[in-house]
Amino acid sequence: MTDWLTPEEWQAVALSLRVSLVATLFSLPLGIFVAYALARWRFPGHGLLNGLVHLPLVLPPVVTGYLLLLTFGRTGWIGGFLDGWFGLVFAFRWTGAALAAAIMAFPLMVRAIRLTIEAVDPKLEAAASTLGASRPWVFATITLPLILPGILAGSVLAFAKAMGEFGATITFVSSIPGQTQTMPSAIYALLQVPGGEAAVGRLVVIAVVIAMGALLLSEWIGRMVARRVGGA
Amino acid sequence: MAELKLTDIRKSFGSLEVLHGIDLEIRGGEFVVFVGPSGCGKSTLLRLIAGLEDISGGTLEFDGQVVNHKSPAERGIAMVFQSYALYPHMTVYDNMAFGMKLGGGGKAEIEKRVRQAAEILQITPYLDRLPKQLSGGQRQRVAIGRAIVRDPRVFLFDEPLSNLDAALRVQTRIEIARLKERMADTTMIYVTHDQVEAMTLADRIVVLRAGYVEQVGTPMELYHTPANLFVAQFIGSPSMNIVAARATRDGEALVVEPEGGRRMYLPGAGKVVGDGPIQFGVRPEDLTISGEGQPVFEGLVTLVERLGESQLVYVERPGSDEPLVAKLPGHLEVERGARIELSANPDVVRLFDADGKAVAL
Repeated sequence: MTDWLTPEEWQAVALSLRVSLVATLFSLPLGIFVAYALARWRFPGHGLLNGLVHLPLVLPPVVTGYLLLLTFGRTGWIGGFLDGWFGLVFAFRWTGAALAAAIMAFPLMVRAIRLTIEAVDPKLEAAASTLGASRPWVFATITLPLILPGILAGSVLAFAKAMGEFGATITFVSSIPGQTQTMPSAIYALLQVPGGEAAVGRLVVIAVVIAMGALLLSEWIGRMVARRVGGA
Repeated sequence: MAELKLTDIRKSFGSLEVLHGIDLEIRGGEFVVFVGPSGCGKSTLLRLIAGLEDISGGTLEFDGQVVNHKSPAERGIAMVFQSYALYPHMTVYDNMAFGMKLGGGGKAEIEKRVRQAAEILQITPYLDRLPKQLSGGQRQRVAIGRAIVRDPRVFLFDEPLSNLDAALRVQTRIEIARLKERMADTTMIYVTHDQVEAMTLADRIVVLRAGYVEQVGTPMELYHTPANLFVAQFIGSPSMNIVAARATRDGEALVVEPEGGRRMYLPGAGKVVGDGPIQFGVRPEDLTISGEGQPVFEGLVTLVERLGESQLVYVERPGSDEPLVAKLPGHLEVERGARIELSANPDVVRLFDADGKAVAL
């Protein structure tokens, strides 16, 4: 496709993009729900859920990866069930890389969305229900449009985080070229062999560009939030 | 035109009960004001009526139908909030059309109603703007307009003027009074902590304190015949002077001797009051400096607030820290440090028993 990347390098970049995109899109609905629950509802276990969501942020990634292997591996209790009933396998597959990336990126996504939900005046939702709107309709017409910038910012951050995920991924799905070798795994593998510096350099440039672009994009979206939700 | 009936309405947050059994009937088309100090439960009561909070006990009926478990949407209400609660991502037009679009009204019908409401509230030029491009007063008019368009059975106002500055507050108050005339068939409930708003707008006022109804009545009933000390002091500004006194019967008459004051002779009152301690109340505007009535109090003027047409004179009596306030005509020469005598007409004096309940004279 491009002659400045070898097919193996290109494979790693493409896999990373696919893994990150899938991880972001699939975790988004749950992310919105959890962020809404944490921001708006008071229930027993509120603190526990909050802690659980944020755990991957502070846990050593290798521990997260190992726990994933225990639960989502073929012999793990969730992994075994999914394999037996749906034929869905995570361990040592690209889908596993996506799962690991989603879990590692989840705290960032939830945080960004939760902040915008908290910035929305609950009276706006109350007003909509006094004007005759049902709860789902209030969410669709009032809450969702107002928190859209937060959802975008959270998604961009989660995507960038997923692109860079390494520790949990390599523990859970290893680094099989063409199957589970994402960009960070490829960089690590190339560093282990002599003469890989040129390839490492190319991949590093791509990683930096994507990360920087994501940060700038989420900053810009953040400013949109302030303009949209504030000053009303 | 909806009639509301509240029977033993209670509300608890956890183990804390904030409304202790409210009984109230509101007639169709009536303008009722809930008034009371902050924390009295007036806003909570309004939110219960709106359906924004669950009712913990008792029944709420709209036109004879229990609506306890109906959602706000099903009750046919519209509410105006203190913070306006306009949707920042919608234009004024879309904000006002929001309620009707849900109802599935035709586009032409929606447009007609929105324009009509905008005309009434003089916000037609702003229909294409976003809320953030409007001033506070304009935003509150949009919020009122949004509620009008819905053509509710019950119109609820939660301290709608509290975020506005003094001049705008008066202007918007007048607009709400006009709206009340225009929508004479719509039942309106208005919450405020401001007794002036309550007096000027209400057909009837409900005075609340600490989750109980203290008194329900027309503004002038509350002013002239307050049920208890709390209402007496809450309604009217400046508030009623209350002085501890001793009552002694003299045949059918009653002799009342306020602390630090002179004896006052109340003909006929001996039939309803016995001997003993009592609270003596007189409004600042009922105190006079000339000899129109029996001179009751004598004291030293410690402060004079000149308001133009009138002046508030603070008088210190011997043996009391609480100054008496008298509202006197502005043209009288009253100087700080002067000794004055204040009189009161026996007809306007109020008496309260040891529990603070008014004694019917």
